[in-house]
Amino acid sequence: MQRLSNLPDPPNSDEKWKGVQLVMRKHGQSPHALIETLHAVQHAFGYLDRDSLTYVSDALGVPLSKVYGVATFYQYFTLKKPGTHNCVVCTGTACYIKGVPKLVEALKERYGMALDEVSADGSLTLQSACCIGTCGLAPIASVDGEELGRLSAEELLDKLEEVIHGDA
Amino acid sequence: MTEIQSVQIITLTIDGKPVGASGGETILDVAKQNQVFIPTLCHLEGLIPYGACRLCLVEIKGNNKLVPACITKVAEGMEVITNNERLQRFRRWILELLFTERNHVCSVCVANGFCELQSLAEVLGMDHVRLPYLHPKFVVDATHDRFVSDNNRCILCGRCVRVCSDIEGAHTLDIMGRGIKARIVSDLDDDWGNSPTCTRCSKCVQVCPTGAIKEKGRRSVGEKFKHRDVIAHLAEMREAAREED
Repeated sequence: MQRLSNLPDPPNSDEKWKGVQLVMRKHGQSPHALIETLHAVQHAFGYLDRDSLTYVSDALGVPLSKVYGVATFYQYFTLKKPGTHNCVVCTGTACYIKGVPKLVEALKERYGMALDEVSADGSLTLQSACCIGTCGLAPIASVDGEELGRLSAEELLDKLEEVIHGDA
Repeated sequence: MTEIQSVQIITLTIDGKPVGASGGETILDVAKQNQVFIPTLCHLEGLIPYGACRLCLVEIKGNNKLVPACITKVAEGMEVITNNERLQRFRRWILELLFTERNHVCSVCVANGFCELQSLAEVLGMDHVRLPYLHPKFVVDATHDRFVSDNNRCILCGRCVRVCSDIEGAHTLDIMGRGIKARIVSDLDDDWGNSPTCTRCSKCVQVCPTGAIKEKGRRSVGEKFKHRDVIAHLAEMREAAREED
């Protein structure tokens, strides 16, 4: 139990690190707690930056390259700071057949970015998902967690304009 | 008091020939002892078996699945078939997939003549490729003062990762991402030359089956002679030292 008090200092004084440390302690700071800990970091900060990956590597005694390998293997983890709003477009088979390429094309034309990128002003993240699980509503996208089925390109662009400019 | 360890003796057949083995050995171990050739790429004497390349797939009578010989333990009465038309077909497909996935152009490769992928293609009679080449463009990391990592020639066998973590204990290298975008990185995908963990031991160069990790200062083509048996020797010495303790 000696090791439990030996957690290194977090990269900054943000209070949210306490929650991350709690998760590491709960698992006895074992290297096996890597995925749980990365989940906690992403939950607290929204993404995994270099400093947090280095900290997790240090605190759990997992090599940097392994932490990086795990963080990039799972689609759930993101290494880029996400935009204020997020739009997940399903690129599964059913959605593909029902016209998702048109949605992607329209998004590219309007925002000048491909899926899995963040807009330059940080207002929007575009993500792809392999299947959301509601193929009956294909093509489907989710904007800030709200699922929009049987979607046309115009509807999607209108919805995005609404949420982005709703803030301003 | 010395403990007498009982060694379990197992009899099985490989390609119809009856052979003896001790419990805990893999099909590949036993095949090697009996001079039966099973093609392998990710396997290397001295490293923990990985089962990634699937070239060592063999048939076992009564089992409708193919099993990788490098990680399958022998069992009493097992009837192993290491070579037939079906296995040859599958092995050629695997090689073709490997060749098309990255840029394996032997004529301009530093490992030409010393490449395990190239020699397996010769041995297994892979004379042409039936799939389109993908021609990926991975960035070559030449920041290290001694080594170069070229993911364009990588087959993701994981030998460098395993030797770096299990034998050297540095774990500088690992595989990032997944599927077709997976590649070897050092630390947090940083320049290898600035790695705080790399010990410059060069074991990764020795184990790389292709020209993906090479030493600097060699001429460009066909100069990458390797000492792959070094790792088996190291592992053996360590085992001996451990037994003495």
